[in-house]
Amino acid sequence: MPELVHTGVMKKLINSPQEVVREALEGMEAAHSDRLRINYDPAYVVRKDAPVKGKVGLVSGGGSGHEPMHGGYVGKGMLDAACPGAVFTSPTPDQMYEASKAVNGGAGILHIVKNYTGDIMNFELAAEMLKSDGIPIETVLTDDDVAVENSLWTAGRRGVGLTVLMEKLLGAAAEQKASLAQIKTLGEQIRNTGRSMGMALTACTVPHAGKPSFELPDDEIELGIGIHGEPGRRRVKIASADEITEMLMEPIVSDLPFKKGEDVLLFVNGMGGTPLVELYIVYRKAAQIAQQKGLKVVRNLVGSYITSLEMAGTSITLLRMNDQLCKLWDAPVDTPALRWG
Amino acid sequence: MEYLSVENARSWIKTAALLISDNSGMLSDLDTAIGDGDHGENMMRGFKAIEKKLEAANPATDLSGLFKLVGMTLLSSVGGAAGPLYGGFFLALSKASTGKEKLSKAELGEVLTEGLGDIQRRGKAQLGDKTMVDALFPALEAYRSSDNGDLETALHAAVEQAHKSAEATIPLQARKGRASYLAERSIGHQDPGATSSWLLLQALASACEVSA
Repeated sequence: MPELVHTGVMKKLINSPQEVVREALEGMEAAHSDRLRINYDPAYVVRKDAPVKGKVGLVSGGGSGHEPMHGGYVGKGMLDAACPGAVFTSPTPDQMYEASKAVNGGAGILHIVKNYTGDIMNFELAAEMLKSDGIPIETVLTDDDVAVENSLWTAGRRGVGLTVLMEKLLGAAAEQKASLAQIKTLGEQIRNTGRSMGMALTACTVPHAGKPSFELPDDEIELGIGIHGEPGRRRVKIASADEITEMLMEPIVSDLPFKKGEDVLLFVNGMGGTPLVELYIVYRKAAQIAQQKGLKVVRNLVGSYITSLEMAGTSITLLRMNDQLCKLWDAPVDTPALRWG
Repeated sequence: MEYLSVENARSWIKTAALLISDNSGMLSDLDTAIGDGDHGENMMRGFKAIEKKLEAANPATDLSGLFKLVGMTLLSSVGGAAGPLYGGFFLALSKASTGKEKLSKAELGEVLTEGLGDIQRRGKAQLGDKTMVDALFPALEAYRSSDNGDLETALHAAVEQAHKSAEATIPLQARKGRASYLAERSIGHQDPGATSSWLLLQALASACEVSA
């Protein structure tokens, strides 16, 4: 007897909840075969010219549903490979292991891992397998979400918006043939000087779940959400864009803290269902707040780069910058989702 | 019944696949409340992959080989945290049952304890963190303290305890895994991992009943 009755209809451009990831990969292959190769079993995306001899191979991965992250960032100047899991579910060790071997150009492998229990455990297993093959492997974590207040009694802070910046900056360093140790050190520096926080106007619906991941009354918003449709830390009444931006910027700035006179990169990200016009309204206020606090925004990024399916909402990331990081940020990048220089 | 045979173990896995499939909606609902709503789907994908391999021409014929097949398949098909945790659990079972054709009550207790140990090492969870450990740890205690009973009685005691303990995760605040981000909002919901652990033990107990 069926025990579960879903009320409401899930409206999505899909054929079958079980085929979402595979069919999206087939689409990526059809669209970007000039830049990418796709392996289906186990599933991973690699840059077409991999392995690049003498270059550290950068591998990331995570659950699907955050597009364009990570597959959209595979290409020259960013990732060598990305491993997509099921929607909002960490990929499996065999994916990371095979992807890492496919991009091993002899200079070692760096895994960029967002701090989630599942991601950590699966990447750890893959790293153990690579180590036993004698392949040099290092890992850099992102755990930039200041919404997780008490990291002692939780799984620690989540990796969110900073991951995109990390992949761009380390990708540029790897392209310039920095060593594995140098890239690992740079990654730790970025990890320690970047902070983020997000909010949701609506929940999102995981295709195979068929219903929204949380219930949000029409007049309320979730503050401090992650990127998996999980509820946030605090639910508050809907407010203006300026007020919401303040609620995000204050904890970000005071957490590190970012200090007067510092150079920063300001990244305003859309969660998937928020139009760019609203993101610019958020950016406008965030830039004003940064200026009031004496921070100099030397680089920026505005758009939906790390998403949570069709969730409406935004996240803000601040990263402390210096000349080296600016040069790496400006370096050429040629991926499906990020392209300049 | 005195021993767990390869046939019992195979029946355990098949029953587990059935129980997980029947309850995947319930597991996902529990996960929706304090996680990301995919525990049932992920576990079902893993056990379906195992079923497919068991149907293949040359399935494992000894305990260690069978548990290894189960562990490796869960590792490479479940993902999330449940994949490495349950995958590692069965790989530990495989290692601990190497060279054994059947397991006595005491041996099965030792083998399962190795499995729990792997989950604790990998997940770094303590009792009371609102995880699968909260069901498995007290269940194995109940199994061991059923000292004058046979295998079947001990497994029955373990399942009863796992059921109670899974329900006892409701008032706990999560300190590990994705539910921990909810802090006090994780209170009032049953842990999906503890619940699937109870189901796996239930499958083991009923696999041993069938052949008794």
